[in-house]
Amino acid sequence: MEISKKFEHRFIVNFSKYQYLLKELIKRDIKIKYRRSVLGIFWSFLNPLLTMVVLTIIFSAIFSMTIENFPVYFLTGKLVFDFFAQGSKGAMMSIIRNGAIIKKVYVPKYMYSLGVIFSNFVTFALSLIVLFMVMIATHADFTIYILYAILPILLLLMFTIGAGLLLAALTVFFRDIEHLYGVFITMLMYGSAIFYPASIIPQQYQFLFNLNPIYALISLCRDSFLYGQAFNTGTLLYASISSVIILILGIVVFYKYQDKFILNI
Amino acid sequence: MGKSVIKVENVGMQFNLSQEKVDNLKEYVIKMLKRELLFQEFWALKNISFEIEKGDRMGVLGLNGAGKSTLLKIISGVMKPTEGNLEIKGKLVPLLELGAGFDSNYTGRENIYLNGAILGYTKEFLDEKYDEIVEFAEIRDFMDVPIKNFSSGMRARLGFAIATVVEPEILVLDEVLSVGDAKFRQKSEARIMELFDEGITVLFVSHSIEQVKRLCNKAIWLEKGKIVMQGDAEEVCNKYAES
Repeated sequence: MEISKKFEHRFIVNFSKYQYLLKELIKRDIKIKYRRSVLGIFWSFLNPLLTMVVLTIIFSAIFSMTIENFPVYFLTGKLVFDFFAQGSKGAMMSIIRNGAIIKKVYVPKYMYSLGVIFSNFVTFALSLIVLFMVMIATHADFTIYILYAILPILLLLMFTIGAGLLLAALTVFFRDIEHLYGVFITMLMYGSAIFYPASIIPQQYQFLFNLNPIYALISLCRDSFLYGQAFNTGTLLYASISSVIILILGIVVFYKYQDKFILNI
Repeated sequence: MGKSVIKVENVGMQFNLSQEKVDNLKEYVIKMLKRELLFQEFWALKNISFEIEKGDRMGVLGLNGAGKSTLLKIISGVMKPTEGNLEIKGKLVPLLELGAGFDSNYTGRENIYLNGAILGYTKEFLDEKYDEIVEFAEIRDFMDVPIKNFSSGMRARLGFAIATVVEPEILVLDEVLSVGDAKFRQKSEARIMELFDEGITVLFVSHSIEQVKRLCNKAIWLEKGKIVMQGDAEEVCNKYAES
């Protein structure tokens, strides 16, 4: 642990030095999650797949008129939302969970938050395989626009890192945020048009979708995977701006308060 | 005269002691509205200045609550001081709580890599030293067993082996390491003495005047967050013993 420093700028300078730690933390999260389960990593395929099957049976009857390929429509929404929900929740608790070690050894603290988010990102990336399988099974069109999905996925990662760092910092000081956020995530889930078409919501409430950055990211992904069309410029712009703002906000808040974490964990 | 490897200038550490710990939003808002958010300022350390030169073995003496652990945490970089400057040159290894970074669901082998990474070692280094660590901890047969099934002695041995496998330039020790059984304790003491002989710089916190006299050449005496006396270990220890 080279500490010939004056504490400033360790945010960036130390990143390369602790890269190996980040790798180990990501590996740990993934290994521990699936250890002792017979199906192992396949759970990350099976979980969205089974939910999809159940919801397809239930909802395809109701919404079949408005949604052309319900399985793919649902899966894109679910995968994007699950990554955001799991990643931000995990990051929220990352500082508190690692409190014991944070008190003993100096490590850039954001590594613990990033570790959780990236391990969820790996699961997310793997579960895209499920999406492709379902696309093949439902005879969906594979268009060049699928490659465009990299852009919203990157924005999603930025958004999740920002929200995760912000929540991690705040939760250290206010533990009840954990419970508040749980309720918020449920609300967000119902407000992101994951298993219903956005058009069933009355006109006067449509602005809620326009304000919801997660919904914006989901629609961008649907443009790529499902509809095979170019992004809506307005949606893309809104998603990009909100992701950048949240990321910067998360970094600033985390950086500002990280030295006080130790007094509260 | 060697050059100083640890330089502490006017370091102070302030804590806010509130009557009741407010750690949730609900109480915070209520107390804020009722204007009951009172904090008591408390300086755990104040105006601490000293230098440690290369090869020095500095003992830190003081009663409970004198600020010894806070000082160690500041020097090992875990805490950032409220005021003052700190300069540290060289590879610093804290031997504070052994195995604090273990994941209990992980096996011994996996924990070597995880804990090593936390201590800032590289993968190549750990690959190279893996056998040495296992050998020293004497747990070769248990490397694929999850740590939660380890005895506390085995955990501590593994923690000690990982932490001391590097050749640190600065070693920070909190209390004496009473690790494992008598045999292993001897072995760990021997390892620490070996490091001492190599001329590393040591910062050593202890309640025991005997140990400080035996192991250190310099000492600081802390009381209520202030330095009462610093200098030659023998002198400081004698004065401390008198008080």
